[in-house]
Amino acid sequence: MSEVKKVLFGPILANNPIALQILGICSALAVTSSMSVSLVMAIALTLVTAFSNFFISIIRNHIPSSIRIIVQMIIIASLVIVVDQVLRAFAFEISKQLSVFVGLIITNCIVMGRAEAYAMQNGPVMSFLDGIGNGLGYSAMLMVVAFFRELLGAGKLFGHVVFQTVQNGGWYQPNGLMLLPPSAFFVIGLIIWVLRSAKKEQVEEPEFKIAANSRAQEAL
Amino acid sequence: MEHLISLFVKAVFVENMALAFFLGMCTLLALSKKVETALGLGVAVIVVLAITVPLNNLLYQNLLKDGALEWAGLPNVDLSFLGLLSYIGVIAAVVQILEMTLDKYVPALYNALGVFLPLITVNCAIMGASLFMVERDYNFSESVVYGVGAGIGWALAIVALAGIREKLKYSDVPAGLRGLGITFITVGLMSLGFMSFSGVQL
Repeated sequence: MSEVKKVLFGPILANNPIALQILGICSALAVTSSMSVSLVMAIALTLVTAFSNFFISIIRNHIPSSIRIIVQMIIIASLVIVVDQVLRAFAFEISKQLSVFVGLIITNCIVMGRAEAYAMQNGPVMSFLDGIGNGLGYSAMLMVVAFFRELLGAGKLFGHVVFQTVQNGGWYQPNGLMLLPPSAFFVIGLIIWVLRSAKKEQVEEPEFKIAANSRAQEAL
Repeated sequence: MEHLISLFVKAVFVENMALAFFLGMCTLLALSKKVETALGLGVAVIVVLAITVPLNNLLYQNLLKDGALEWAGLPNVDLSFLGLLSYIGVIAAVVQILEMTLDKYVPALYNALGVFLPLITVNCAIMGASLFMVERDYNFSESVVYGVGAGIGWALAIVALAGIREKLKYSDVPAGLRGLGITFITVGLMSLGFMSFSGVQL
């Protein structure tokens, strides 16, 4: 049972795919300027990761290792086409907003990275849970980044006005930089800082030790 | 000819894959610790892009595009919904061949790239270039130039980032920001810099 818990909830804080494993960053930058788009993206990615892990794990013993990448990609691409078609059929407005990003789920390293690192070695049920867990870790990160970017950049959350902006006669002067993609880098960088200050074991070892007493001493 | 040169310059600087479109970030961040590794990966990306974009272009223009199957007597067939699957198939095949070739002839580079070579398949820059090629409806010669240009632009970005990180390791970074955190902020600043190219019209 504890194994299930670890696989399912570990990736949210302890082993976050974006903050620690460096996977799936492209879309985290591209879609996080508004929360509703991020939410749909997060759900789509979680489903694709979970099911691709599940199917790859089922046939893992039958894939010759020299063509495994192609087999994995075909499974993932088919799932993404299904997600794309479902979105077009039942949520056309959102699928229009997301069109490019849904295609980019195929190239999202989380899906492929988990298939390669986990599903190829573990049973179907655990792989499915691992996919859900990593999808949740990705979703959590995406929602936090989108929260700050939409709130500070446009004064809105899920499209509802929270801070009345100056242009509409309110008091909030929106920070336009937050809507530009570089700000996603800064927000994610700062979140990693907060996360690692709380969880010291994630701090990376310095490659180059600074000699003792060479730092500027604080004035006494 | 002039048109192709301007397309090339645009692909390298103005529409830089990594710093203007934010594609291929995972590998960019993970493998930019040393200039040597970055250079190796950059060359690999140039090669893969230079092969896959023209290949996908042929595939799209002759098989998938609406009405492209006219030569086979099927003028009403539109297979463009198979695009995603076909492009990724071509990319995966090329990467796998590259992996086997490197393993056999350049084992040092193969070991250096490690687990990230299979991840070139899911490098958004590779897939992104093919999708842009389709979206902008390039012809064959344009797609060759665009593939090479996009690859060189991406390689430029990763080598520049690796150069910065090599110097950065001697600096006194707060413990929590060390490694990944400060790299994110560095790339953010680089992309702010590259945004100044976005106004350039050729």
